Amino acid sequence: MLKIENLHVAYGGIQALRGISLEVPDGKIVTLIGANGAGKSTTLRTITGLVKAASGSIQWNGEELLGKSIDRINSAGIAMSPEGRRVFADLTVLENLKLGAYLRKDKPEIEKDLQWVYDLFPRLKERSWQLAGTLSGGEQQMLAVGRALMSRPKLLLMDEPSLGLAPLVVQDIFSIIREINRQGVTILLIEQNANMALKVADLAYVLETGNITLSGTGAELLANEKVKEAYLGKHRK
Amino acid sequence: MREILPYIINGISVGGQYALIAIGYTLVYGILRLINFAHGDVFMVAGLVMVYATTALPMYIALPLVLAVTVLLGFLIERVAYKPLRNAPRMSVMISAIGVSYLIQNLAFYITGGVPQPVSTPIPWISNNVVVLGVSTKRVTLITPVLTILLVAVLVYLIKKTKIGMAMRAAAKDFEAAQLMGIKINSVISFTFVIGSFLAAVGAMLYFTNYPSVAITSGGMPGLKAFVAAVFGGIGSIPGAVVGAFIIGLCEELIKGIGYTTFSDAFTFALLIAVLCVKPTGLFGEKVTDKV
Repeated sequence: MLKIENLHVAYGGIQALRGISLEVPDGKIVTLIGANGAGKSTTLRTITGLVKAASGSIQWNGEELLGKSIDRINSAGIAMSPEGRRVFADLTVLENLKLGAYLRKDKPEIEKDLQWVYDLFPRLKERSWQLAGTLSGGEQQMLAVGRALMSRPKLLLMDEPSLGLAPLVVQDIFSIIREINRQGVTILLIEQNANMALKVADLAYVLETGNITLSGTGAELLANEKVKEAYLGKHRK
Repeated sequence: MREILPYIINGISVGGQYALIAIGYTLVYGILRLINFAHGDVFMVAGLVMVYATTALPMYIALPLVLAVTVLLGFLIERVAYKPLRNAPRMSVMISAIGVSYLIQNLAFYITGGVPQPVSTPIPWISNNVVVLGVSTKRVTLITPVLTILLVAVLVYLIKKTKIGMAMRAAAKDFEAAQLMGIKINSVISFTFVIGSFLAAVGAMLYFTNYPSVAITSGGMPGLKAFVAAVFGGIGSIPGAVVGAFIIGLCEELIKGIGYTTFSDAFTFALLIAVLCVKPTGLFGEKVTDKV
């Protein structure tokens, strides 16, 4: 279980997170919704170690993550599929996936996980020798997720996986999120597409200008008037 | 043909020497987007160390020592002068590189007293004369291109097929995503400097064998020309640097061959300007997409 307490993060003088607290229980899908600049990406980036926190704590199964290096956090079982996919465009699909397992030494197990990722995303198997830059947006997103899974994470952080994808592809991505979760990976998802995110989420938090203003189950927030107004479009029937 | 042949042989050899230096520029540029102005001076230091080491020590200790000292120097330059500036604007790192270049030259001035250090057949076997196709030349001239191609092949294998090579390619594209994979960026960058300095050291041993002395400014010209070769081939590209270096080496020597010896350096720099105007990305260069 991931437990964030009173986390403060600042960029220069700008407070990006003003003391947020949240929990991601094992085996669940938790989503963080909010407008641009609310601090969603900052939260994920702080968990991975890319961003340093000013104060607070991030406990992962009782172990403090703040101050740990990015590779240590990765080996502890936390991986991220970053915003904008960030696949290595001039490496092949297979090389991208192998890099996901960069810190692992257990060759036969890596091979097993490669098959697992190929089963989840058959398209990646077909294209394993293609350069990642030649894939479509949806395929690149699948690659970014597959690459993160190659470290065999217990917790997968997903930053805007639906960004810039066609509606049908977004459906695919969300059904894959469910599938990955069914196979035992805990997921912390941040999304602008609040409607989709709340539908898959067990738990949800609303982040506004660096503070958590609401929390509840996905269904509760989906029915909440304030959430409807701010994130789902007021006139939606 | 008879008259031109020695120049071709020389040109290929000079090209090989440039290639060994040019790879250092292109590798570092590929990963840090930095023109490492100190690289030519690292090359000069390798020459100096060779002069000192080969006069004092037996060959089998002296040559590995040259490699080790040069590699260590490259590593230290990165750690001391570039790493603290990792998040600084690129211009600051470049200025730091220029500073390192002058620092090394002046340290060398202090050590040598400013006197060019004479090179007296440091590596006897490769300095011997041989006759090939009726042309008499030093053995090093023939060894250089072969050794260059061999080292480039090993390097390309390393980058294409090994895990650290894959990490280098990933880091060259996207620092942050590479870090998310658990790649230690600083180790990868250090490794890049180590490879670049190693090749420069090999280049220096081959290059200075053919020269009467090593002066503190001896790294300047070959360094600049290797840089031109890297730009000509497309900076960031290893095959580009190698091809560019061989073309420049050949052109220079052929120009000397037709009697315009004093024009040959000017040609190289005219080529640089022409390439930058006509095809700024060079022969094999990628489209410039600024790293964000």
